[in-house]
Amino acid sequence: MKVTLLAFGIAKDITGQRFMDWELPEAASVGDLRAVLVERFPRMSELKSVRLAVNSEYATEDLLLQENDEVALIPPVSGG
Amino acid sequence: MIEILLTNSPLDTSRCIGFVSNDASGGIDLFIGTVRNATKGKPVLRLEFEAYEPMAIAEMQKIAQQAIERFSVQKIALHHRTGILQIGDAAVVIAVSAPHRAAAFDACRYCIDTLKETVPIWKKEIFEDGEVWVAAHP
Repeated sequence: MKVTLLAFGIAKDITGQRFMDWELPEAASVGDLRAVLVERFPRMSELKSVRLAVNSEYATEDLLLQENDEVALIPPVSGG
Repeated sequence: MIEILLTNSPLDTSRCIGFVSNDASGGIDLFIGTVRNATKGKPVLRLEFEAYEPMAIAEMQKIAQQAIERFSVQKIALHHRTGILQIGDAAVVIAVSAPHRAAAFDACRYCIDTLKETVPIWKKEIFEDGEVWVAAHP
């Protein structure tokens, strides 16, 4: 299945692109996606944290992804 | 009861005050977060803010809603900038009206403290010799 990744802040610097379309196995979880992410971009693990949001909501690691989900990579926020 | 704004244009403090003003309130608390000219003694030239806009707006709305439910306040305006900001520019403006001042102070503080933890907005500090995404590394 296809999911779209969005990268922001330093996560975008690390991936080099704002948008990425990824193919994942059916029933992949947020945790599965995180494992692939860290494998492909090892510098992600140097960050204080990277939260993942699915369709604009913070997601837990066990959430199962669905076709065409939008997954945002959220490094430590620093608004205000 | 709530006005949320995420904008690339300069923030309008009087608009925030105007939104929360009402005859039943006994006070308005206003917080303005501004761009500081230095970090740990090192001069900052400017800041650049980016946001995951639909989620940032949704999270700001949640925070204001929670503040209204938790504290006895009436109206909240929560405005945040994106884009390039110069020293002294307002990055965030929060106005809260309430019948009594303690609730207005508490709700305003809750809004800024929670915004800094949950709203997907990022700032990059630009120095003379480089740039840094704030708080990204341990």
